[in-house]
Amino acid sequence: MSGFAKPLKIALGLAVIAGLIVIPMNFNRYGLFILSQWAVMSIAAMGLNLTLGYAGQVSLAQGAFVGIGAYAAAIMTTHGWPLPAAIVVAIALSFAVGWVLGYPALRVQHHYLAFVTLAFSTLAFLVFRNESWLTGGIYGISNIPRPHFFGIATSKPLPFYYVCLGSLAIVSVAVWWLIRSPWGRAFMALRENPLRAQSLGIDTRRYTLMAFAIGSALGGVAGALYAPLTQYIDPVPFNLSLSLDLLMMVIVGGAGFYFGPFLGAMIAVLLPEWLRFTEGYYLMIYAVAVMGLLIWSPTGILGILDRYLAERRTKAASALRAVAKSRLETVQ
Amino acid sequence: MSAVLEVTDIKKNFGGISAVDGVSFDVREGEILGLIGPNGCGKSTLFNCILGQLTPSGGEVKLDGRAVTGLRPAELNKLGVSRTFQLLQVFPKLSVRENLILAGQEHQGSMASRLVGRSDAGLTDAANQMIGFFKLDHLAAEPAGGLSYGQQKLLDAAMAFMGGPRLVLLDEPAGGVNPSMLSDLKDRLVAINREKNATFVVIEHNMEFVMSLCSRVMVMAEGKVLAMGRPDEVRKNPAVIEAYLGH
Repeated sequence: MSGFAKPLKIALGLAVIAGLIVIPMNFNRYGLFILSQWAVMSIAAMGLNLTLGYAGQVSLAQGAFVGIGAYAAAIMTTHGWPLPAAIVVAIALSFAVGWVLGYPALRVQHHYLAFVTLAFSTLAFLVFRNESWLTGGIYGISNIPRPHFFGIATSKPLPFYYVCLGSLAIVSVAVWWLIRSPWGRAFMALRENPLRAQSLGIDTRRYTLMAFAIGSALGGVAGALYAPLTQYIDPVPFNLSLSLDLLMMVIVGGAGFYFGPFLGAMIAVLLPEWLRFTEGYYLMIYAVAVMGLLIWSPTGILGILDRYLAERRTKAASALRAVAKSRLETVQ
Repeated sequence: MSAVLEVTDIKKNFGGISAVDGVSFDVREGEILGLIGPNGCGKSTLFNCILGQLTPSGGEVKLDGRAVTGLRPAELNKLGVSRTFQLLQVFPKLSVRENLILAGQEHQGSMASRLVGRSDAGLTDAANQMIGFFKLDHLAAEPAGGLSYGQQKLLDAAMAFMGGPRLVLLDEPAGGVNPSMLSDLKDRLVAINREKNATFVVIEHNMEFVMSLCSRVMVMAEGKVLAMGRPDEVRKNPAVIEAYLGH
């Protein structure tokens, strides 16, 4: 994104934020639900983007952390706890479990790590389904309340959309801070060359565990918002397919790009709605589009933009060189 | 002069092959020790054993008299030991400046303070100085992956110095670097050696480079130390000529 002038970037950012606040005021209940879902999934995908896109650790368990957060929030808020307290617990719980899940990553990488996290995903699903004393089993948990903030009820779709959007804003700023900090640089070093990173004093073990724990914690935040959004949860939405969906959001948007998850979540949440008119062919069209994209640009949609900007910069640089050369020749 | 690094009877076996077979030597404070020998004689394996990338099968490594055998590479780096690798090891997607900041950041404050503190860990000035020192000014904002091989080699060496190390192990710093850049590199190494009193161990095949840079040279062959001494002594040693220089 380095090719745009800074004021233009700021103006564009402000326009998008204003649009996200103002335009949905005219949306119906369903439109607001979809947009809230986009905000929640963006948070979960941002977490996975941190673990996978920045730190290079493959995870097929992000959906399980959304589940952990959702159940934590559902259980606590139906027992009278306020949502912010539930979010704190969801963060702490998924951070701790994510930390533990990071240990296999210290020994195995890539597809082996994918299998370990896949096993965890299945394990979490079984806990949600079978431990019915806690989770309600296959009947799930219903009547999950939406919170009150400063005496304002958010039970209507529009106020709760603003809760989701506000949470997304806070998470976005936190993640922006994190990836610009030395930690973000260390995560990228982990992805690009762990051997060299170690020799520069980077404690690769600790950063690997942190990448898992923080990424998972954001999954927990997403879950804690998902529960009051749908107001009813059962184990099914948190099975492996959610992890795969989140993985796709990250890859399609552009893994390792800050704005990748926003874009990926938008496509994954909105495209099915737009393609609804195709009825039964929706999944096929979607699948072909994703395959086509990944063949064309393995680094996702933002990868295309990045490539274009890099090419433009190279062209500009060679034009400058040509000018300098012709000047030299004129002098001679 | 006291010994910064003492290596005693280091051994490393890979299956039935003895890659390093009882190597002992010490490195004195402020010296530049050259390490030469034919390909496959165990130089890089020795480096990896000293630096914790490999666990030695036997023997001991001491840093300033303290046993550090088996410490992890990151821990050794915190104790002031730094290295470069034989094959290029820069972070291609990060800019030259970011590579250098990354190379120094873990020496600034605690892990928690690096999360809440400045995004450059206070190292932009130091990185810019290093960039100027290695004459990479015009490339500071470029992704490291876009640099020429020789420039990446310079960056690789510069990264090893960002943490202000006392001891630096350089694995073939001159390999693939063109002659004019090579003399730059040598000047830079000598300057850092003198000004910062940093101690170096240099693996190198370029004899001219080794002989003019190093105060002592150690020759290895088949996992063992063949000779150790001043460059001119080593050059005349019949065993060395037979094993290495004669070819």
